[in-house]
This record gives sequence, C-alpha cells and structure tokens, in this order.
Amino acid sequence: MCGIAGLIHRKKTGDIGTEMTKMLVSLKHRGPDSTGFALYGKPKGNELVLRFKVAEQEDMAKGFDIHQQVKDRRSEVDRRLKELGAKILKEEEATEYAFRYRIEYDGDRRKLADYIEDIDGAEILSIGLGLELIKDLGDATRVSEQYHLKGFNGSHAIGHTRMATESDVDIRSAHPYWAYPFADVSVVHNGQLTNYWKGRRALEHRGHRFVSNCDSELIAVYLADKMQQGATLKDSMEDSIEELDGVFTYLVATSDSLGMAKDTMAAKPMVLYESNEFIALASEEVAIRSVFPREIDTFDPYEGEVRVWKSE
Amino acid sequence: MALREKSTAMMGMHTEQLAGRTQQRFFSPEDGESFLYPGAYDVDFNKRAEFDAGPLNATEINLKLRDLMKQGYGTIVIKNPGAKHGVAVGILNRLNLKIEGSLGYFGCGLIDGPNISIKGRVGWSCAENMLSGTIVIEKNAGSTFGAAIRGGDLVCKGDVGARVGIDQKGGTIIVGGRAGAFCGFMMQRGRMVILGDAGKNLGDSMYDGTIYVGGKIAGLGVDAVEGEMTDLEAQWLERKLKLYGLAAPNGAMKLTKIVAGKQLWNYDNLEPAEKKIVL
Repeated sequence: MCGIAGLIHRKKTGDIGTEMTKMLVSLKHRGPDSTGFALYGKPKGNELVLRFKVAEQEDMAKGFDIHQQVKDRRSEVDRRLKELGAKILKEEEATEYAFRYRIEYDGDRRKLADYIEDIDGAEILSIGLGLELIKDLGDATRVSEQYHLKGFNGSHAIGHTRMATESDVDIRSAHPYWAYPFADVSVVHNGQLTNYWKGRRALEHRGHRFVSNCDSELIAVYLADKMQQGATLKDSMEDSIEELDGVFTYLVATSDSLGMAKDTMAAKPMVLYESNEFIALASEEVAIRSVFPREIDTFDPYEGEVRVWKSE
Repeated sequence: MALREKSTAMMGMHTEQLAGRTQQRFFSPEDGESFLYPGAYDVDFNKRAEFDAGPLNATEINLKLRDLMKQGYGTIVIKNPGAKHGVAVGILNRLNLKIEGSLGYFGCGLIDGPNISIKGRVGWSCAENMLSGTIVIEKNAGSTFGAAIRGGDLVCKGDVGARVGIDQKGGTIIVGGRAGAFCGFMMQRGRMVILGDAGKNLGDSMYDGTIYVGGKIAGLGVDAVEGEMTDLEAQWLERKLKLYGLAAPNGAMKLTKIVAGKQLWNYDNLEPAEKKIVL
C-alpha cells in the first residue's frame, strides 16, 4: 500500500523534521516496513551534504567481523573522497552504518557517486546542497529518533512509509530515492509500475545506475534522465504520465520545488492542502491533520494531474 | 424454510432469486416504512447530545454513537472528527447526525436510515453500500464516492474524485462540482447528478440507471450513450436539487443525460449454451 507525504513552506523555513515525522507517524498503518525522509535544509555556500551507508541494518547482525568491515569500508570512502579531491569538512555518524558528511567538491558528482558505490556495501543515499536523505527500517518514530530529525529546519520535505510488495525489506529498497546523479532531487512513490524492467533496461543503456530492484527507483532515474536532457521538472513529470505504465502517485522534490503527479487512472490516493504559505500533500488527510489540527479545506488532485510548487 | 432464508425474511429484507437473470423481490412500501432492524434503538430527535471526537479513535467514536442512541438521543453532534477513518459506519437506525469537521476513508459506510450532515470533507469510499437515509457533505469528497449504494440520497456540494458511484445499485448521488474519471462504472440502477464537469470514461459498462451532467464530459465509457431528457425527470431533478440548495447551471432540461446503450454481450437473450453455438 505505502504512504507518501510532502510539505513545502513557501515563504519561510520551519521545523520540517518534526512536521514530516508527524505526517509519517500518521501514515504508519499504510506501511510499517521502512520509513524515509528527504529533508531540504538551508544550503551553506557550496558545501555539499553527503549521506551514505556502508551496510544494511540487517547486515549488522551477521558475520563475525561486520563491525570491523564497516569501519574498513568507511575508511575506504574517506580515502576515495580525498583521492577525488573532495575536502571533508565535518563527519557525523548517524548510526554505525550510516553517515553524514559535509564536503567541498567541485568535480563530477556522477564520478564521485560511482567511485564510492564501487566499495562493497556502500550506497550514496543523497548528495546535495540542501537535500538530506535518511531512510531505514522501522516506523517513522524510530527512524526520526535514530537520526535525530526533530528540529531539522528547512523549506520542504517528502517522506514515505513502505509496505514492501515488489522487492525486499531493506534500506536500498526503501524510499525516497535520490535521482542519481542530480544533486538535490528525490522521489517517493505509491503504486506499481508495470513497465519497470523495460524502462530500466532503456535507462541502463543510457548509462544510469540502479541500486535496487524496486520499481519506484525507475521514477527517480527517469526524471533525472529527462532533466539531464534539458527538460524542466514539470515537463519531465508530464512526460512520465504518458511513458510510465501502471498505477502511481508520486512526489518529487528539488532544491527549491515540490511536485506531484498522479496516473491517468487516479488509482492511488492523494489529498492536498494549499495556501499561500504552506502546501501539504499526503496519501490520507489524517497526515495533513497531524500538522494542521484545525479544520482546513482539502481536495483530491485529478487523474493525470501534475502540479509543482516553489519555495520563495 | 432454510435458516438463512428464514432469518432474512424475519428481518424484513428482500430475497433474490438467481434463476435466469437476477430478479429482486421487495417487500411492500408499507412494510418498508415501518421497518426497524432487530435491536434498533428507539430514539427521540428532540433529545440532543454532542461529544468531542478529538481524543477518541474510530472504534471509540462508533461505540459512543451507539451508546448515545441506546440512551435515546436522536440528534448527535460529533466535534473534531479529525479526518479519522471508518467513522459513523454501520448505523442501522433513524438518527440525525451532525459531523462538525472532516472524515477520512470509509466514513458513513453500510448505513441504513440516518440523516447525516458533514461540515467538512470526506475521504475515499464515503457511504459505501449505503442502503437508505441522507448524507450531505458541505465541502469536497475523495474517490470511490458512494460505491455500490442501494438507496438514499448522497450529496457532496463540492468536487469529488474519481469513480463516483461505481456499481451503484440504487439511490441518488449528487455532486455539486466536478467529478473525476470512471464515474458510474458498472452502474446498475439509481440516479447520479454531476453539476460540474465529468472525467473520462463516464458510465463505462453501465447496465442501467441514469447519469445527468451539467458541465463538460471528458469522454463516455463503453456502451454509455446520450439519452433524451423528459419534462418529468427535469421536474424531478429540480425538486431534488432544491432540497439540498443546489440547481442545475442552466436549468435541469439542459443537463446531459447518459444511459446504458445496452449493446454489450450481456444484454442479449442467449443462454450460455446457445452462446457457445453462436460464437
């Protein structure tokens, strides 16, 4: 089933960590397998935020020397970052296997991502000036507390609670997906894509990489490919309505925008609250009510609809 | 008489005979008028109660409603429903229920008898399998609005999502604004009025019933065709809409009427064995 949620403060920033946690807690019943957040904080100059992991949560209970392997993999990440000319400004250990680095790096981000992910068990969750992508197994309360997300100040966010249907229960199959190699682009999705393998093969031939077997990853890579060719976010999303097959509602966020798209069958739910200051979307209104306890006017976007909002 | 059939008859419900085409046999209008479910509560509409649903979950809200009806309250006000799912379901009683806020999914499903007014919005699948009574929603509604309703009036004064009245088997659904795609899919009986625009595939594979549309129709579904409006039904529509403070944008006669073309294979008179020979 899965639950998705998104919010954007159009004129100021807010505690989006707490707001998105509340929204995803309200959607827990739609999918308890994993929870993910894509939070957009205020950029600090040209500093990039790099979120990566070097093992799956379940790996930590396996093998005799996994703890040493994790340390070795992280050291190798550090070495390769330095080799590529990236300067590590700050390192934070969110969990034993997931990390947050602030780096200075002017080089090719695709090359950096490919080189880091060449390390056994390593996966880049996000690279961005503002984007921080956090995902792990468990419900929103657990993941939010584990990664200390309450108090995260920013302009917009998307999130996901996952009911695994098409692929494994692990972090690599959890949402959101970073739209590799685009900095600051992330996607969450509710639904099933029926032309996943066809679309994946076509995009792989064009040089894109997939880290999971989850059909939702196709949307992130598809949009990245479109934008790489020069299309705007909205145009890319409108094309996706025709070219992605199946039932879907998805949210996409960029450094300054939040977008939603709904398939032509309108088979997957989405409720929308819109005001001059704040936009909130979710699979169920109860999630919007968790940040707006008062009575508000909401509505369902229609079939085949694409909307994009910008923070000012 | 078999136990199942006997208990059905005791409850005053109709039985279905599945010989050949489905034939429904209903009890007389007099029986229907005085019908009460076994265990229905004797309520007084002048006895009024209200409660705050904010701290309660759906089960607690529904149990509270039942408890108040048991105490004879015939007018109940629910405050702060908070878009919770499954609220006010399975009410088989006469009752004036006022909901001061919005409901989540499956609100007011499987009801038979109450008159419900909702100040806010309702989520997906509102009034599913409604049998009788009225529901009036002041704002918008989600998709699958009034799926498989068999009777009563279901009114949304705002916009509604996709698949309004799929499998509708009776009653009247009224949408004051716009409705999405696939409305009236496999509709079998009853009336649907959409005063705004209707999405694509309207009335797809409808068996019977009538759909009236005030705005533009994005596209008709398979076997849905335009019908001819009569004075009698225009009068009925005007009266019905007036009851809820609504009106057709250019008068009832200007509504577009959609009915089943009845050209699909299931409308021929061939028995299955004969069909095999023909095909």
